[in-house]
Amino acid sequence: MKTMLSIISNALCRMTGRNAGAQTVSEGARVVVSRSFADFTPQATFDIKKCDLHQLEEGPPLKAELTRDQGLQYYRTMQTVRRMELKADQLYKQKIIRGFCHLYDGQEACAAGIEASINPTDHLITAYRAHGYTYTRGVSIKEILAELTGRKGGVAKGKGGSMHMYAPHFYGGNGIVGAQVPLGAGIALACQYQGNNQLCVTLYGDGAANQGQLFESFNMAALWKLPCIFICENNKYGMGTSVERASASIDYYKRGDFIPGIRVDGMDVLCVREATKFAADHCRSGKGPIVMELQTYRYHGHSMSDPGVSYRTREEIQEVRTKSDPISMLKERMLSNNMASVEEFKEIDVDIRKQVEEAAQFATIGSRAAAGGSLQPHLLQQPAAGGPRDEPLVQTQVCQLDLNPNLQIHSDPDR
Amino acid sequence: MAAAARFFSRRANFKLSLSAVGTGAHSSFGAALLKPSPNCNSRTKTQRRHAAHFTFQPDPVPTQYGEWFIFGEDVAFGGVFRCTVGLRDKYGKDRVFNTPLCEQGIVGFGIGAAVAGATAIAEIQFADYIYPAFDQIVNEAAKYRYRSGNLFDCGSLTIRAPWGCVGHGSLYHSQSPEAFFAHCPGIKVVIPRSPVQAKGLLLSCIADKNPCIFFEPKILYRAAVEQVPEEPYTIPLSQAEILQEGSDVTLVTWGTQIHVMKEVAAMAQEKLGVSCEVIDLQTILPWDTETICKSVVKTGRLLISHEAPITGGFAAEISSTVQEECFLNLEAPISRVCGYDTPFPHIFEPFYIPDKWKCFEAIKKMINY
Repeated sequence: MKTMLSIISNALCRMTGRNAGAQTVSEGARVVVSRSFADFTPQATFDIKKCDLHQLEEGPPLKAELTRDQGLQYYRTMQTVRRMELKADQLYKQKIIRGFCHLYDGQEACAAGIEASINPTDHLITAYRAHGYTYTRGVSIKEILAELTGRKGGVAKGKGGSMHMYAPHFYGGNGIVGAQVPLGAGIALACQYQGNNQLCVTLYGDGAANQGQLFESFNMAALWKLPCIFICENNKYGMGTSVERASASIDYYKRGDFIPGIRVDGMDVLCVREATKFAADHCRSGKGPIVMELQTYRYHGHSMSDPGVSYRTREEIQEVRTKSDPISMLKERMLSNNMASVEEFKEIDVDIRKQVEEAAQFATIGSRAAAGGSLQPHLLQQPAAGGPRDEPLVQTQVCQLDLNPNLQIHSDPDR
Repeated sequence: MAAAARFFSRRANFKLSLSAVGTGAHSSFGAALLKPSPNCNSRTKTQRRHAAHFTFQPDPVPTQYGEWFIFGEDVAFGGVFRCTVGLRDKYGKDRVFNTPLCEQGIVGFGIGAAVAGATAIAEIQFADYIYPAFDQIVNEAAKYRYRSGNLFDCGSLTIRAPWGCVGHGSLYHSQSPEAFFAHCPGIKVVIPRSPVQAKGLLLSCIADKNPCIFFEPKILYRAAVEQVPEEPYTIPLSQAEILQEGSDVTLVTWGTQIHVMKEVAAMAQEKLGVSCEVIDLQTILPWDTETICKSVVKTGRLLISHEAPITGGFAAEISSTVQEECFLNLEAPISRVCGYDTPFPHIFEPFYIPDKWKCFEAIKKMINY
């Protein structure tokens, strides 16, 4: 009996790749085998924070169920976004990424939680802090990093850069603050018109919350009962300006006035998931739009040119990191409920690091976005304007030595 | 007065050093023009590279512009380009304050304040963000005096915005929207090429009795270095400046592109023996038709260049007027070397901008026409 059980336990351990240790104990008919996957709690229920409500009788539930698989998946998603952003930070400092780069680390629970509660066929649009959503909406790490470095393998063929990444049902990636909100309302209108039971998640920040076009969108969405979830990712700072100094009312979930609103703890992926589910049901049942405020935090500055410490203290950042980090919170929850092991998380971390490293390699050595005829892809078959006439400037400017074949160009130290 | 340029006290030849636009390469130019004020004293002061050339002057000069105040996104701590550093400490938070993120609100607010008599200086963080305020500028500010029969006006409004390509700005931090506003009677559009010009033109804009938009080439915030007189002085608006006299080709441009044109003129002289007259338009609206036309009558050839896309760009307006006035004097078709008709690209910027090679090529064509 004992031998058979130990054989089985060994077999199980081989399957899961785990080290069984020598913990097979036989007490009569009972055998305890440690550290096999069958040992983990498959599902647990967690208390989540109550959401503040505006114009709503009932809100999202106060408990969330989490299965082991879901937990590991959310962990993986958030950790991937975190690692990817940190890698982007590194590449930017090495000047491999240039231009603009707005990092999302600290806010991963928002992207992960939202994606967990909507369908892949639903639509999503956000502003410029978009790398996290690009990933959750299905773009690979390779394509994201290659886009940041301006390579052909990037999701926008290297032409968009950090702020302009797109995917099916993901509309970017928008540089002008607040401009994406009327777009989101328009996408919601299309969903309503086509009757496909899809909705649009339209994200904006606490800075954009003061833009006039938002209120125009709120009015239209409420008037026509568009299936639009307006989500304000309130990370307390609009670039360098704290919310108290920018907004007469910092209750962003109430800003929709006649639109119901929920204020959600944006550092808790389960809270975000439940709230977004609630909001999605609200929209899909034809009740019209809803506003959500996710209270979250970004560890980096506004962009890579902002150190992020001139308008807030390092202590504040540290405090959020230690007390409310979304990834740590999820991990602790799962560990304390025996839903996964420390080794398992470590393995996931190692795997993610490897993937991100490979993606960074791909992004660094890939060939650059193609010049030549693709300079004007939005115009078909048009000759390039803007220079001396009758010359196909686009084609001749791939390399500066080819630039003007009629010109005797000597080596020019300036260029 | 606010927004003065930094004063560097070096007795030696000062250089207008400028990174070649978009390429990051360095090229030095000869001494820029300086009209020295007689009291131009040179104290030894350490040159502090980290301060922007718009840093406020330490000695407060009694202003003849009335009580002014300056507002916009992030101006209180100094602004994203350090243009307003120190002003809040000097003049108080009533006069230097932040606005929320709302361009339409900022400009509308500025118009109202100006109409009520205050000198309002609104800052739009990047010219690319000015479009939400477009309606306010075009429909409210520009038409206020006209529609009220001169009962009201918002002449004491000045709108400042960083403008033009910067090497890594891509779509939304590199635009040159002067052509959109050139189409709007009732406002003035001004673009300086260097610190000396910037101070004089900005003070003129603030003093001017019409709403003015002052576009500041953002690449020059760090790149341009000049000796600037401490006292306030103005440079007249709607007057183009001839930087270099010539006899064969007239080169007209504004802002950052002036520095490119000066290089082109040198190249043309050296390689083709062509003598170029370089003119800085300075004021886009209303523009100095007389100087340009006089120059074209003399040379017979005109090249206009700007970063903005070619179709509908301001070069088209200049070209059209010049051919009306100087048709028989033209030796060759007027040439425009401008940005392509695409959004301002991220990674293709070096290909997009009207660099010296393109301009040189255009001159060659005109000479050989």
